[in-house]
Amino acid sequence: MIEIKNLRAAVEGKEILQGINLTVKPGEVHAIMGPNGSGKSTLAQVLAGKEDYEVLEGSVTFNGKDLLDLAPEDRAREGLFLAFQYPIEIPGVSNVNLLKNAVNEVRKYRGEDQLDAMDFLKMMKEKMKLVDMPQDLLNRSVNEGFSGGEKKRNEIFQMAVLNPSLAVLDETDSGLDIDALRIVANGVNALRSKDNAFIVITHYQRLLDYIVPDFVHVLYKGRLIKSGDKSLALFLEEKGYDWVKDHVDEFMAV
Amino acid sequence: MSNPTELKNWYAGKFKKFEESLNGESMLSIHETRKAALEKFLELKFPTLKDEAWKYTNITPLFAHKFEDILTVKPSIKGVDAEKYLFDKKEFYTIVFINGVYVPELSDEVNEPGITLCNLKTALTKYTEDVSLHIAKFAKIENSIFTALSTAYINDGVFLKVKSGNTLSKPVQVLYVNSGGDNLLIQPRNLFIIGKNAQAKVVESYYAEGESIYFTNVVTESYVDQNGVFEHIKIQEESEKAFHISITEIDVEKQSKYSSYNINFGGELVRNDLNARFNGEYGHVTLNGLYLTQGIQHVDNQTLIEHAVPNCESHEMYKGVLDDQSRGVFNGKVYVKKDAQKTNAFQENKNVMLSDFARVDAKPQLEIYADDVKCSHGATVGRLSEEALFYLRARGIGQELAKTMIINAFANDAVHSISIDEVRRRIEDRVAVKLDKQKNEND
Repeated sequence: MIEIKNLRAAVEGKEILQGINLTVKPGEVHAIMGPNGSGKSTLAQVLAGKEDYEVLEGSVTFNGKDLLDLAPEDRAREGLFLAFQYPIEIPGVSNVNLLKNAVNEVRKYRGEDQLDAMDFLKMMKEKMKLVDMPQDLLNRSVNEGFSGGEKKRNEIFQMAVLNPSLAVLDETDSGLDIDALRIVANGVNALRSKDNAFIVITHYQRLLDYIVPDFVHVLYKGRLIKSGDKSLALFLEEKGYDWVKDHVDEFMAV
Repeated sequence: MSNPTELKNWYAGKFKKFEESLNGESMLSIHETRKAALEKFLELKFPTLKDEAWKYTNITPLFAHKFEDILTVKPSIKGVDAEKYLFDKKEFYTIVFINGVYVPELSDEVNEPGITLCNLKTALTKYTEDVSLHIAKFAKIENSIFTALSTAYINDGVFLKVKSGNTLSKPVQVLYVNSGGDNLLIQPRNLFIIGKNAQAKVVESYYAEGESIYFTNVVTESYVDQNGVFEHIKIQEESEKAFHISITEIDVEKQSKYSSYNINFGGELVRNDLNARFNGEYGHVTLNGLYLTQGIQHVDNQTLIEHAVPNCESHEMYKGVLDDQSRGVFNGKVYVKKDAQKTNAFQENKNVMLSDFARVDAKPQLEIYADDVKCSHGATVGRLSEEALFYLRARGIGQELAKTMIINAFANDAVHSISIDEVRRRIEDRVAVKLDKQKNEND
């Protein structure tokens, strides 16, 4: 699915990612955890193609293509999806307008016919159920005046509509209460299949109670310093990131 | 190139020939108004950058041309397909001018109990009293040399009168199409009288065939009597080499409602003045505007809202999208007089710059002499949000479409409250097409 090799990236001259190596196969869910400032969001943004980040070294192969060589829209069209940590408000552009254009741009890229209005609406209805999306959010301007929970739910809804092969969820749990968290997690779980994969970036273990990962990686100072299974998340939860910072060698040896 | 004095003499010098063309109509009392205006025109000076109201708009390019009044050159109206600029004929009354010349075959003359709609030239003789009661009463010749020029040559345009208690069953589309025959001076003169408890909607539209150079100098007077409702949309899509100077005077009486949508796509040098006055309490005025400019277009919008009496409300939103080396000016003044307590006045001007070389001068002004009022104003000049652009691209939407979506949404904000669906849609489509054109030219 995706193979990240020795990825180094900087923003405003400061190196944030200092050599990331990660391979994700279809059907897998990988969690990336780490303290604030470790580079979690940078990794998400670099994968999505944000131009503010400069890739210094390394490669990312996504479904056989050189991901870093693609424009952000082409990465999405190839099946990559980023659920933003801070979804952007776009006044005057309705959610439904965004999705109609997005779906059709992706279909065009793949040489498929445009969806007609009826089929599109039918699909929207189905996907809305997945994340318990109220109808009125659909016609409102993208994320404008949405609550924190609504914004995150909207990200998962967009993901459901676009049906990516790899979804990167950037701290989708942050700012969510337990009910919203459950709705978001249920949406993700409903979309899990043997053909797609998820990279779940999170600060807290709590989300992983709902979205159970196959692998957990710890990102620290721009490197994945340790990988394990779900128990690693529980270990982190128990010890705390401060402990990791003070006992890096010991932690790596656990 | 001539100088301002020469130009004044040039325009004034055409008056004799104009009088002759009027035949017996120069006997009407309106002709005294014309003659007084001509004198005023000679007295007044063309504005320069030193005039506060013209600080950002240099009209010297106007001096390079000696435009010919359409009455003295009798332009051809042949070969112009005016119909393609018309909205659905069944849904609108239409009044059509080609090169300033009235085209009765494409126009509706309405004379029903309660409604009078026709071209001004007809109204001058047929409804003399109604016209002379109002014309040149709101647009004062001493206020602007361009009003004086218009008034000296009052000849044709549109006359609409909706009498008390009547509602115009369809909106009116007034269409001015200019096909070139370079060098024309076209002076539409519009008069809209909305009676007590009466309602009307008018779309004033200006289009051009080709890239000719001409000068449209238009004066529109709108009067909305008590409890009247008037929606007034102006779509300006002149040739990108044309001069377009327009003065719109708006007088609203007690509890009446006036909404203006001032939409600008065309013209090389464009100046719109809108002056609205509340003459009675509980009046409501909306002044919205949109300007999309490219190349070397220059569009200057000046608005003045005079809150002279208490309890009135005004809303103003002007939006600009500027590309290439084009320039925009917004000078909006809200004037709240001492007695105008409980005034609500909101004004906003927002601009998106698509090029490093475009420029906008925004000057929102509030002048308040009453103490119990709610007023706000603001202006922003910015670039397209990179964050929003990236967000859309991350959803698979191509960069150009993403840009268009964001700008469309920005621009359409100023027109979304237009109540005539077809007109709003046409404007929205036009915004998209013009952006698309800009995009293609940039590629």
